[in-house]
Amino acid sequence: MSRSLKKGPYVHPSLSKKIEEMNRKNEKKVVKCWARSSMIIPEMIGHTIAIYNGRKHVPVYVTEQMIGHRLGEFAPTRHFKGHSGGDKTAKRG
Amino acid sequence: MARIAGVDLPRNKKACIALRYLYGIGPTAAEKICQKLNIAEHKRVQDLTEDEVNRIREEIDKNWQVEGDLRRVEGLNVKRLIEINCFRGQRHRKGLPTRGQRTKTNARTRRGRKRATIANKKIAPSKG
Repeated sequence: MSRSLKKGPYVHPSLSKKIEEMNRKNEKKVVKCWARSSMIIPEMIGHTIAIYNGRKHVPVYVTEQMIGHRLGEFAPTRHFKGHSGGDKTAKRG
Repeated sequence: MARIAGVDLPRNKKACIALRYLYGIGPTAAEKICQKLNIAEHKRVQDLTEDEVNRIREEIDKNWQVEGDLRRVEGLNVKRLIEINCFRGQRHRKGLPTRGQRTKTNARTRRGRKRATIANKKIAPSKG
């Protein structure tokens, strides 16, 4: 079941507060963010958001095309480099 | 004979079955088209009148996305996902399933045919 339109897209309150603040002051700095399930909304375009992936904050520059996706989609939580032994797969990275 | 959207329909199949030979038209879409155009369920493609064929062609041209157009749209969608570097894009890039399916086993549609087992690979360097 999809989210009610009445509520609008989900954005973590503290994140939206920070974004609004930055838009009002017209400044751009990297925002650290743990709310991976927050949706990317038009207000975020042009900002760089450092999304937590469980280990560190991955800086992601938000572009227009990303609207509607969740922040977490851009900061992978798993890092698979390939199995040992298989030379070919390891090179592909 | 009945050539629609650049594809020849098989002659001796029922119309609503034959329509599925078009890329982008499945059972549901085929049935909807036939119902909309009042084409009898049992009618074969070879029994369709010229007028009926034209009506199907027109209907598909107007209201359905099929074949090349559909493939292009799909390609663009995938390309977009890859460009923005989101999780689904990365899965597309690696040729793995995008919707969270398991990959320990199965997932053969996305990953292609089963390759020779890894055990063989390990043996190979020791030989040489």
